[in-house]
Amino acid sequence: MYVAVKGGETAIRNAHDLLADRRRGDRAVPDLTLAQIVEQLALSVDRVMTEGSLYDRELAALAIKQARGDLIEAIFLVRAYRTTLPRFGAGEPVDTGAMRIERRISATFKDLPGGQLLGPTFDYTHRLIDFALAAEGETAPPAERQPAGEETPRVTDLLAAEGLVETSLAAAPEAEPGDLTRAPLEFPADRDLRLQNLARGDEGFLLALGYSTQRGYARSHPFAGEIRFGEVEVEFFAEDLGFAVPLGRIAVTECQMINQFKGSAKVPPQFTRGYGLVFGQSERKAIAMALVDRALRWQELGEELTAPAQDEEFVLSHSDNVQATGFVEHLKLPHYVDFQSELELVRRMRREQAAARVEEPGEDAREAAE
Amino acid sequence: MANDHHAGKGCVREQRPDVEDRRDAMRVLALAGAETLAAAWSDWQDKPRIEDIRRAETGLVMLRGRIGGDGASFNFGEATVTRAAVRIGGSVGHGYVLGRDKDKARLAAIFDALWQGEARARVEREVLAPIRGDIAAADTRSAARTAATRVDFFTLVRGED
Repeated sequence: MYVAVKGGETAIRNAHDLLADRRRGDRAVPDLTLAQIVEQLALSVDRVMTEGSLYDRELAALAIKQARGDLIEAIFLVRAYRTTLPRFGAGEPVDTGAMRIERRISATFKDLPGGQLLGPTFDYTHRLIDFALAAEGETAPPAERQPAGEETPRVTDLLAAEGLVETSLAAAPEAEPGDLTRAPLEFPADRDLRLQNLARGDEGFLLALGYSTQRGYARSHPFAGEIRFGEVEVEFFAEDLGFAVPLGRIAVTECQMINQFKGSAKVPPQFTRGYGLVFGQSERKAIAMALVDRALRWQELGEELTAPAQDEEFVLSHSDNVQATGFVEHLKLPHYVDFQSELELVRRMRREQAAARVEEPGEDAREAAE
Repeated sequence: MANDHHAGKGCVREQRPDVEDRRDAMRVLALAGAETLAAAWSDWQDKPRIEDIRRAETGLVMLRGRIGGDGASFNFGEATVTRAAVRIGGSVGHGYVLGRDKDKARLAAIFDALWQGEARARVEREVLAPIRGDIAAADTRSAARTAATRVDFFTLVRGED
């Protein structure tokens, strides 16, 4: 039986008005501007762009404001927005080797060409609350120093020169990478699709999975070979022009994880790699992504499947926080009819059980009588 | 090397230095602030007649990275892009810029059209040169600030020999 229920329009409208009121909060407090969010909550913006899978700082800021700071809600809004836009095409692959570096560190080589550039980082802070930030006051401009003008080669290239690390496989000339915004994910998934899924996957989920690999669930002895953050140029091959048009720059974080590998019948012992690439300065996410990327490569590298982080169907099917929140949160929507039928079922089972007891008095009844 | 899988397109680029120059102008226009382009257009003397042949529209471009930074490509997220096209005299100008600013895309198209015509030197001098200067200054400052965070390792000598 299907029962249509209507009602609640006024309640819903008033609830949304109340939400808008709460979003604005105390009118004595100035309204938050998008520029303030872009500039001062930049890492929230980066996360919303990364997991919303759409690079647009101001749009992400607006989503954060609309979502009252709930980042998963903001990510949901960004994903919904992108469905309203036409797709012009795909960009040329970005060249992270040509990045304008704002931060570049290696945990594997102290003295590497180009140096260790700490950039704007929370690392080495003492994580003490800075009460000075609660007071108004200007921040002094940071120190400057003449750049050394050295090249900053990838750490993986330095190791590759000695043949100690696996080299990246180039694609077949005309191979188009898979795109899970166009075709549903199918298993087994190739590494390009896995990386696309991980790039937009939930940071918390990937963080936990990456952590699990370090604790022994698919241990792969990782080293952060290199983490770099900065701007890369984006180009788009415009058919109407016949050449690749520069569109501007985007900020990205790249993580090159280097993992131990004892070798196989075909391959001598060498380091293998996990890769992370995300929008903005999303370092934790990039590291976690690289750990999980490496764990998911167990089959290709002839390793055993022993842990959740290696199980691509488990990982890739549960990484998307928009899908996850949709299914988990739908539980709070009305299930009145479903529940009525469950309620009726439980009542009937109880009646039947009680009736069965009366017909055949069991142990309990006899004991009670004695 | 980075463009191996677009070898055909790469060849087109290399064989046409005028395309490289135009790409460079378009790069500068894309990096410019919307207000900067609006001010440059406002200051432009003797504005020509502009025919809008593609009204500004916002869409998506799928961005790609390379596995390991240098391997096969993969899709890692989209970006908003706004494009417009105008005709000025015999030149068709295209604006392609990150973001959703339709005015900026149209202004980029206008200057791209002017750059292709007789006004090229003027566009270079009055519009692009100041923006190039601003970009270079911002990049230099950013690089200097990053350089100040470079770690200088030193070795502690313990004991005496």
